[in-house]
Amino acid sequence: MTIDTGILVIGDRKITSRLIMGTGGAANLEILERALVASGTSLTTVAMRRIDAATGMGVLDLLRRLDIEVLPNTAGCRTAAEAVLTARLAREALETDLVKLEVVADERTLLPDPIELLDAAEQLVDDGFTVLPYTNDDPVLARKLEQAGCAAVMPLGSPIGTGLGIRNPHNIEMIVAAASVPVVLDAGIGTASEAAQAMELGCDAVLLATAVTRAGDPERMAHAMRLAVEAGRAAREAGRIPRRYWAQASSPDPDAS
Amino acid sequence: MHVWINGEQRELEAGASVLDALAALGAPSSGVAVAVDGEVVPRAGWSGTGLVDGARIEVLTAVQGG
Repeated sequence: MTIDTGILVIGDRKITSRLIMGTGGAANLEILERALVASGTSLTTVAMRRIDAATGMGVLDLLRRLDIEVLPNTAGCRTAAEAVLTARLAREALETDLVKLEVVADERTLLPDPIELLDAAEQLVDDGFTVLPYTNDDPVLARKLEQAGCAAVMPLGSPIGTGLGIRNPHNIEMIVAAASVPVVLDAGIGTASEAAQAMELGCDAVLLATAVTRAGDPERMAHAMRLAVEAGRAAREAGRIPRRYWAQASSPDPDAS
Repeated sequence: MHVWINGEQRELEAGASVLDALAALGAPSSGVAVAVDGEVVPRAGWSGTGLVDGARIEVLTAVQGG
């Protein structure tokens, strides 16, 4: 949990919006642009792939035009070696030391492979990267990633693209309670209440893509997510009431004199 | 000589550099990165890095994702 209650700081960067966006899944760049603007995001992920004639530079040009910092990911990598090479290529292509480190175990679950993830994180930290690892909602692994020098930890709420929300809120709370780097809830968010919940649990930011890009109205959902992240953050800072077993009247007792 | 660029075999002049491989692919010079046989070749080394027969060249750029 960060002590600073204002602007989010990851590594040496000030991140002005606590909603980090992904760009995957948008039907086209126009829809993506409207969603990104509505989200108010200042940091957004891209993937690295082989260039071909049809690829173009569209998404990079768009992020540059919107003055959104680019966060390359290592999506698709299965081993530490693949992820390290992809991160180095991203640094070279995009001139950034930021990397969202993703090392997944299989296509069916897209769950992080913890052994390969930690190995890759150690190598990339040694190589001077600002590493933001996409991790399981495992407090022990989160601690090891922080000890390895990661600039943030990004536990999943549920598997990528499922929209199942936060399946283990207690684990997220434990990660938040123990972390001294920012905690970013990454993956699984389906709708605005879940983004708000992540912030209420004490996360410092939320990273999402599918919930917006594949929503019926991506622009409107992006706006909803922005409000949800702000509301959840405000509620966390305000301090919620304790849960009680029995009712507690909120109006004066009519018999009291 | 034959090299592999993004998984496709291509014919380049003997002694061709990474820069020549990029030109053969029609790749832009910014927003891309190159690895040869699994090692990143920094931009500054593109013109001076010679390729050998059978070299595997990967040229990557950013796309929508994540």
